Amino acid sequence: MGPVVVFVPLDAAARSVGADDVAIAIVREAAVRQRDIRLVRNGSRGMFWLEPLVEVSTPEGRVAYGPVEAGNVGELLDAGMLDGAPHRLCLGKTEEIPQLRRQTRFTFARVGINDPLSVADYEATGGLAGLRRALGMTPQEIVTAVTDSGLRGRGGAGFPAGIKWQTVLNMPSGLKFIACNADEGDSGTFADRMLMEGDPFLLVEGMAIAGLAVGANEGYIYIRSEYPDAVATLSAAVDIAYLNGWVGPSVLGTDRSFDLHLRVGAGSYICGEETAMLESLEGRRGMIRAKPPLPAIAGLLGKPTVVNNVLTLATVPPILAKGAEAFRELGVGRSRGTQVFQLAGNIKHGGIVETAFGVTLGELVEEYGGGTASGRPVRAVQVGGPLGAYLPTSRFDLPMDYEAFAAAGAMVGHGGIVVFDETVDMSHQARFAMEFCAEESCGKCTPCRVGAVRGVEVIDRIIAGVDREANLELLEDLCETMVDGSLCAMGGLTPLPVRSALKHFPEDFEQVKAVPL
Amino acid sequence: MVSKTRSSYVPWSQERAVAIFERHRTERGALMPILHELQDVFGHIDPRAVDLVAEELNLSKAEVYGVVTFYKDFRSEPPGTSVIRVCRGEACQSMGAERLARHAREHLAVDFGGTTSDGAVTLEQVFCLGNCALSPAVLVDGRLKGRVDEAGFDELVAASRTEAR
Ligand SMILES: Cc1cc2nc3c(=O)[nH]c(=O)nc-3n(C[C@H](O)[C@H](O)[C@H](O)COP(=O)(O)O)c2cc1C
Ligand code: SF4
Ligand code: FES
Repeated sequence: MGPVVVFVPLDAAARSVGADDVAIAIVREAAVRQRDIRLVRNGSRGMFWLEPLVEVSTPEGRVAYGPVEAGNVGELLDAGMLDGAPHRLCLGKTEEIPQLRRQTRFTFARVGINDPLSVADYEATGGLAGLRRALGMTPQEIVTAVTDSGLRGRGGAGFPAGIKWQTVLNMPSGLKFIACNADEGDSGTFADRMLMEGDPFLLVEGMAIAGLAVGANEGYIYIRSEYPDAVATLSAAVDIAYLNGWVGPSVLGTDRSFDLHLRVGAGSYICGEETAMLESLEGRRGMIRAKPPLPAIAGLLGKPTVVNNVLTLATVPPILAKGAEAFRELGVGRSRGTQVFQLAGNIKHGGIVETAFGVTLGELVEEYGGGTASGRPVRAVQVGGPLGAYLPTSRFDLPMDYEAFAAAGAMVGHGGIVVFDETVDMSHQARFAMEFCAEESCGKCTPCRVGAVRGVEVIDRIIAGVDREANLELLEDLCETMVDGSLCAMGGLTPLPVRSALKHFPEDFEQVKAVPL
Repeated sequence: MVSKTRSSYVPWSQERAVAIFERHRTERGALMPILHELQDVFGHIDPRAVDLVAEELNLSKAEVYGVVTFYKDFRSEPPGTSVIRVCRGEACQSMGAERLARHAREHLAVDFGGTTSDGAVTLEQVFCLGNCALSPAVLVDGRLKGRVDEAGFDELVAASRTEAR
């Protein structure tokens, strides 16, 4: 009998609650008991309430235990964990944990399964199939497959990926770039991080395919500095991809070349906006560029550039491997395929839910998420990051769908859902939206730069009960000005959380309270 | 690239700085990688580094300062032995991050961006660390921590102080 394979995630979130200590304890306790094990540090399955989640390979499949503390390990081994034996922390077969079983893992198929940096694991689980297929296709055929799949950008705006790629392909050949947006600045989102830590080769593969599709030989990944673990894993993955000839002068032994570089951000939310990201990649301040020209026409160094989010690019390899139809048949309306939703904040079962578009907000929060972590009733959820709307539970019937959300005055964005219980004060959340905008504005246009600072002051006066009616009117005017006069969505969308808080939770703006510090 | 753990910074050395510059000079948009590495090695962006970079990249000093001051990561002063970043993003707020942020400032008697008088800890605020299902989150010298309450924060500070000795 070979060694028992034991999995303990290396994902930063799992480590943040003690996965490293658990891994060390398992190695130590197994040695004490003279049990032969092979420890694999995998990505996370994305069920964070169960982290650190330990899995053991058995003839019947992987059996899960969690949440495990280092102090439980001796007892778990004595109970027979290495043979998949029952214990109060035993969750049964991992694949049958209800929240996981119901998901459709398309982009995240490999996250949590493999050692993220194992070339053998990657190829054994279907890795490189998309790239190999792409190498046998014409650029137009690749772009058409992406268009046919219905894939839309996962970074927030939901722009059809195929149309963007077609624009870049149609530009005269010459220097072109692929720029991956890995800035993931929205609060309540962590799917990009998990993918880069849990299946980084998939992103590398997606970028190489994008290069083949549009005729670009150079790619850049712009990753935020707040993700040190992801930076380390991804940079190792890029090195390994070069060593194995997946990228570099000859992609998989062909005459096509693709060079891939990593660039680290430096603590600026606005650098997640694509033109600010390009400025930053060029070594300047992250100031928004006026559009047009679109980056697809004149992007990095003025050259045609595909700018796509991590998940957009990582979804391309399985689309090519399984066919556009396999993706397109999932979803609703014009929101095709799956989305990697992220359940965050005050939520009992927080983490990743990858499922087809069309699932309702309520199903995600109540059924997958199990309600709040505090056990108090849900009062509000913010969907789509700091620029997204606050919604009350009466809107839980909304299907996750770009168009349905837009019609409800909200946005799906990058798919993050932040849950608040009844203790939340929505006037504080509205104030924070303005504070955040003031803090992160690039400063190029007055409605945003000055408007956000004024917004904080006006909300403070409303909270303090000073001339409430007049100040509410002033706030509405300010929002109007920001929406109409801002160059980008930072200033243009900040009124969304503010107005939605006012609209759905007016009572929170009515009593006099202390102004938050 | 990104300092993973508490770094032991070296005093300013023109030679070392030139070597960093040489390693990156042919890269596209070399300024950001250069500034990151300068800060990783020296702990902050020294005015002499600004002079060097401006001269070598053919930029004005004002342009280089403009970049250094635009990005919150770049410091003009050396940090404390430990850098603790408390998340104030909405997901963490929903789990008490504002209380934690207030506590952190009181406990360390500094504001965000400040360093304790003994030089042990620099406290910073950050908006999202990608740990939003295990809020509140804190980053201690590049190591992510989840579900950090006030008592947990004090322990992290105490551990940093012990490690520093
Ligand atoms: C203020 C602001 C912040 C943004 N932050 C991000 C981000 O962190 N990650 C991202 O992929 N897109 C972000 N976007 C969207 C990008 O501008 C762009 O639409 C996206 O990278 C395009 O890729 P996609 O089509 O694959 O989504 C942001 C937009 C704005 C206005
Ligand atoms: S809206 Fe704000 S962030 Fe966008 S360009 Fe104007 S000042 Fe910059
Ligand atoms: S909001 Fe704090 S980790 Fe995301």
